[in-house]
Amino acid sequence: MDVLGRYRNLIVLVGVLFAQVLGLAVQVRRTTDSEPTRLIRIWAVGAVTPLEKVLVWVQTSTGGVWHNYFYLRGVRAENRNLKQQIERMSLEQVRMSQDADQARRLQALLAFKEQFISRTMAAQVIGSSGSELSRSVYIDKGESDGIKPDMAVITAEGIVGKVLRVYRSTSQVLLIDDQTSGVGAILDKTRLQGILRGTPAGEVVLEKVMSDEAVPAGEMVLTSGGDGIFPKGLLVGRVTKVAPGNELFLNIRVRPAADLSKLEEVLVVTRIDERQAQPDQAGAARAVDILAERLPTVPSKPENAVKADTPAPVAPSNTSSDAKPKAVSPEASAGGAPAARKTASSPSSSPGSASATSLGTSAGTSSGNAATATGTPAMKVSPKPVKAAETPKPQPAVEDSPH
Amino acid sequence: MAITYTSGEQVEVYRFSIPATTLIPLTAVFLQAWLPLRFPFFTIFDLPLLVTIGFATARRSPLAGLLTGSVIGILQDALTHHPIGLYGISKTVVGFGASSLGIKLDVEHAGARFLLTIVFYAVHEVVYFMISRGLVGLRMAWTWPHELLSGVANAMLGVLVFMLLDRVKQRT
Repeated sequence: MDVLGRYRNLIVLVGVLFAQVLGLAVQVRRTTDSEPTRLIRIWAVGAVTPLEKVLVWVQTSTGGVWHNYFYLRGVRAENRNLKQQIERMSLEQVRMSQDADQARRLQALLAFKEQFISRTMAAQVIGSSGSELSRSVYIDKGESDGIKPDMAVITAEGIVGKVLRVYRSTSQVLLIDDQTSGVGAILDKTRLQGILRGTPAGEVVLEKVMSDEAVPAGEMVLTSGGDGIFPKGLLVGRVTKVAPGNELFLNIRVRPAADLSKLEEVLVVTRIDERQAQPDQAGAARAVDILAERLPTVPSKPENAVKADTPAPVAPSNTSSDAKPKAVSPEASAGGAPAARKTASSPSSSPGSASATSLGTSAGTSSGNAATATGTPAMKVSPKPVKAAETPKPQPAVEDSPH
Repeated sequence: MAITYTSGEQVEVYRFSIPATTLIPLTAVFLQAWLPLRFPFFTIFDLPLLVTIGFATARRSPLAGLLTGSVIGILQDALTHHPIGLYGISKTVVGFGASSLGIKLDVEHAGARFLLTIVFYAVHEVVYFMISRGLVGLRMAWTWPHELLSGVANAMLGVLVFMLLDRVKQRT
């Protein structure tokens, strides 16, 4: 008994340490995604987050009053600049919408299924884990708001992380710079795929890119969609440094686009839908037609472009309205090379079996969908290619495909 | 000056009221979770560790020290996404060590507290590093400059925290 009394403190220390080590070992062994959240975490989060919410609310409220009612210096100039910016962007939007229409038509031909974010929920970041080695934050939305584990968390600048644990009114978000995180990523230009991971020092690296590949610094990194959490095409960041790494892979450092150290508001992607791309206008368009519109050609002669009694397939520009039946004035078709290009590919763009056949051979299983989507009697074209021989074929490989 | 060897009878033992015992660690954990959002550099500090050392050296009871460290550490663990016990074990060791040392040394002076905090910060980091690598399998990076800077920064903040704790501790 004397021995026990003498070494009481030491015995308690060993006992407490042993219990914790045992608990740790059990947790490490059982760590799975489906594991329920431990009660102690719920208690700790329940004790800390309400106060954080209150503080964040007070901070944003006072900040809002100051910025919205008192500190309005330079607002007029900013407003003027923003209006000019809107005008510039409107022009840009027109151009981009044309590109988007083209892309949609091509995607429809390929039966391309695209993922898109259909619903998000704005959330306020209220706290962090408080540890350099656990890079995670808490947001003020939880189970009661429909948040679930593994939902993607993003900002306007780029991706942030994924929901790790969900509590009743808060959630824990694992940031992409944590060493236990992993995001499927792809380089924008070189289209090389890799896995984005955090390092113990809090940096973000792109792994599993072979060392014989050339990756320029400054290249954008996007999500590849391969992880099943982030939809494809979201901005991750930019390559800052490329160096030979261990074994066969490059060591690519990436600077995240979103400032992970100063997060305030984030968007939780609560729903991702998948749909097959459909062209806005149901014009019977082939891939070759769309490609041809983008390539320079020799203008055709006006008299050959359109017959008087035949509504021509008009495609002077690559807008979606091109596919509508339109009688084109001779001047228009004479002056526009695209009209001639459209004419050259007209046989397969006519509704009916020709169109279906051509799509069926070029796009494989997508033919049915594409034909359905594009099977409106929109365009009447002459049964034989008018002046097709005179027009230089911009894409012979595609045009001469066996259909 | 700083650290002087004293007998157990010469050392004064303090205690803390129940509100202080519960609210101070909770506040430390809360601030540790909240301040890095506003001030990212704050992650180099470990407020719960400083409170653990402060409580342990004031109480001078190894049993109370290790239990305080254990509870604060587990609370801190619960906010991370790592398994519970990493901070718990580290702070248990620190709590026990600080209170055991507090019996033998006079740690009422700022200089002594500064040195004591650096030493126990290092102990804490070494224990955490070993457990997380050896038991949990986390990839850990040990960088001396960073650890040294963090140790000094924590020691400086520790002196202030101990001064605040002096105001709420009660002589037994």
